[in-house]
Amino acid sequence: MPDYLPRDQFQRLLDALVAEGYQLLGPQLREGALQFAPVHAVDDFPKGVREAQAPGQYRLHHDAGERLFAWATGPQGLKPLLFAPREVLWRAEKDEAGHLQFRESLPEPPPTAVIGVRACDLAAATIQDQLFLARPKADPYYRARRAALFLVGVDCAQPADTCFCASTGDGPTCDHGYDIAMSELADGFLLRGSSERGEKVLQSLALAAADDGQRAEAEGQQRRAVEMQQRALVGRNLRETLFERLQHPRWDAVAARCLSCGNCTAVCPTCFCHKEGDDADLGGGESARVREWDSCFTEGHSYIHGIVVRGERKFRYRQWLSHKLGSWHDQFGRSGCVGCGRCITWCPVGIDITEEANAICAGENA
Amino acid sequence: MSNPYLPLEAEVVERIEETPTIFTLRLRFTDPQAHEAYSFDPGQFNMLYLHGVGEVPISIVSDPQDEHMYAHTIRAVGRVTRGLAKVKVGDRIGVRGPYGRGWPLAEAEGRDVIVATGGLGCAPVVSVINYVMKRRERFRRMSILQGVKHAADLIWQERYREWAAKPNTQVLLAADQGGQQWPFQQGNITVLFEKAEFDPQNTIAMLCGPEGMMRAVIGLLLSKGMPECAIWLSMERNMQCGLGHCGHCQVGGNFVCKDGPVFCYAEVKELLGVPGF
Repeated sequence: MPDYLPRDQFQRLLDALVAEGYQLLGPQLREGALQFAPVHAVDDFPKGVREAQAPGQYRLHHDAGERLFAWATGPQGLKPLLFAPREVLWRAEKDEAGHLQFRESLPEPPPTAVIGVRACDLAAATIQDQLFLARPKADPYYRARRAALFLVGVDCAQPADTCFCASTGDGPTCDHGYDIAMSELADGFLLRGSSERGEKVLQSLALAAADDGQRAEAEGQQRRAVEMQQRALVGRNLRETLFERLQHPRWDAVAARCLSCGNCTAVCPTCFCHKEGDDADLGGGESARVREWDSCFTEGHSYIHGIVVRGERKFRYRQWLSHKLGSWHDQFGRSGCVGCGRCITWCPVGIDITEEANAICAGENA
Repeated sequence: MSNPYLPLEAEVVERIEETPTIFTLRLRFTDPQAHEAYSFDPGQFNMLYLHGVGEVPISIVSDPQDEHMYAHTIRAVGRVTRGLAKVKVGDRIGVRGPYGRGWPLAEAEGRDVIVATGGLGCAPVVSVINYVMKRRERFRRMSILQGVKHAADLIWQERYREWAAKPNTQVLLAADQGGQQWPFQQGNITVLFEKAEFDPQNTIAMLCGPEGMMRAVIGLLLSKGMPECAIWLSMERNMQCGLGHCGHCQVGGNFVCKDGPVFCYAEVKELLGVPGF
């Protein structure tokens, strides 16, 4: 049974998290977009901000009254907080005798509560866990960041026009992966915990249980949030169809529009490709091994001594889509798409993954 | 828990110049405990790190039971391998591994074995050949088929002669452009299969080389009645982590670095030869 937190007491939730030792990250207006950044007080939250998203478009405006979470998705969710865009993995020091010493450079993130994580991004983090935390070769950098995060989810009541999480099954309501989840109502919040530490924070607030009317209001909101979504993928498992149709003419048509810029992979909350390189100091004594996000839309991604496997743009888009919606099933038992719609919004030419996938897979699972 | 990204220091114990661009490094971990704990299967690879330059995946050519050192045969083709070409005995590099799945040697015991390679000496299978030669009685007939473009590309001629002298072993070599001094077959590797002696129902084939060459050999072996899962091939893709994290080596759902680099044909046939994968 969820608890009810009146709107004018939202600060109490923040204080309770701080009392548990967490730094707070919440949605903040940064460079014209909502991004997770340090927050301290309720006044830091984007009150009344709503967004208009469309293929190749993202605009914010203020007409959502008192609501703090009337928007859906900024350009980044949890990904940069878990899988750093650029980080040093280790440093190698060479002494005068030519001996090498390797020192790992593990992050030591402070315990951090992220407030306002969407269901799609919780699902995406679960997907990235499958890759980075798989034993026996779990990634210690990702693991350290993951262990430091306390996640406060928020159910989406106002999906963007580009959202299609209902069709992938990942939203708009938070159903896993959070410590506390919120449903924002007109006058307050319904809070529910799903982890021991989440329950502990809720208990410290000593709130009253939500009444029937409040629960009905939340349920109605979530029902409407599903109905509002105009986009949908034609099926949840397009693996067989996509690989049967690798020669479909639509691949050429989309390649003619695609700029191969990699924006889609940068904003995708599940894309995990990264490259490694060396930052050597000028003296030659120390060299840092650095990794940073990479994209299958670059030429270097498929390079092997003199051969580029995916020299053509068509092959790069096909690699991305056939992996995301197709071979991802072979690797992780589900699609790699959580329906957040970011790749649609942030594509400079407005390519829509649902439109492309559905055109290629037309006639299947419809 | 140990950090799988972190290399260990290794010392170059011996450097062998195979050709002007191909060299072999024999290595030992400088930490004796790490060296003792290290073991690998033929067909697996290590990530070799040259200080300040970078890391490259290189297959291991030595015998898995050689406790003294392990070896890599490297062709200087890129920034890191050209740098590695310059390291000398006593120099230190970084090594992490081994990674990936190796050749199906246990499965090949008691059967005929075909090792077919194209291009240069094809280091990933030299370890297999040596492995079989050292344990000759565990395997039936052995056919070593090697195709090269130019006669001059063939390295390890002496080793091929030694192998050919072993019992129950055929060595068949072909060059597209052999020239007058070339004592072996002229033409593509597939012409060699006319002479190869093996029982298609009781053979394990291991292939390494350019994908076009491997596809031609696979077609031929299938036409002789070999089952798809008796044909194994070593794939090559961009690899940066070796752990299945960085994403570069994916071919469809396979991560070449951890699911391979050695695959049976049935596992990769869906996309083998499809441009862009």
